[in-house]
Amino acid sequence: MSKRKPYVKPMPANWFMANRFHTLYMLREGTSIFVGLYSLIMLWGLAALVKGEAAWNNWLGHMENPIYIGFHLIALVACLYHAITWFSLAPKAMHLQKGDQKISDKPVVVGHYIVFVIATIVILGFVAWGGAA
Amino acid sequence: MSKSGKTYHRADEPIFWGLFGAGGVVAAFATPALILITGILVPLGVLQLDYASVNAFASNWLGKIILLAVIAFPMWHACHRIFHAMHDLKIDTARGFFKLFWYGMAFVVSIAAGAYLIAI
Repeated sequence: MSKRKPYVKPMPANWFMANRFHTLYMLREGTSIFVGLYSLIMLWGLAALVKGEAAWNNWLGHMENPIYIGFHLIALVACLYHAITWFSLAPKAMHLQKGDQKISDKPVVVGHYIVFVIATIVILGFVAWGGAA
Repeated sequence: MSKSGKTYHRADEPIFWGLFGAGGVVAAFATPALILITGILVPLGVLQLDYASVNAFASNWLGKIILLAVIAFPMWHACHRIFHAMHDLKIDTARGFFKLFWYGMAFVVSIAAGAYLIAI
């Protein structure tokens, strides 16, 4: 057995609460819980769709439950926070060059927001104008 | 086996990170609108998702690909983040089990979604 007794800096499980940057990091990671749960809710809806019209309408009925509406409101905020952080990180993840220079972060981030707005309008418009029919 | 006698294992992280990235893109661009529609506007009666329309959409091959993408990729994204957040929360017991658990869950959800879409 070693006689060495090195100092190990203690690290409590709530380490991220001490620093705002770390808190926001954990908040960002936490948004994934809502993203995952929403995937499960969509899978549930898809299963209902396969079963038939009665099961589909039953699923729609569950979605009208105030608990589900409340969940989806929180999930929407969480998902939007994820989107904001994702767009802010985009220029770090994709290295776009113009000549020898890396292009600045701003046009890349702005481009993402423009695509986000277009995508949202297209999806909403598709459902609103009965595009699914 | 290499010349030095060591066994090198190819890391599986790029696969999971790729799925995480794809899920992050879908969750950022498409999921907010989808939550707004299925979770808020349809339940409040502002928009409709009637069976015939949704069934027609899911019967089309392009519709199937879109539905699989919006269900499966965000699940991989979420499971990857939750798995790594466990380490951040100092929960480091049974890493191998939890890796199998979280990525296994994303895998099962993907297969289930694919099977349902084929069934329509």
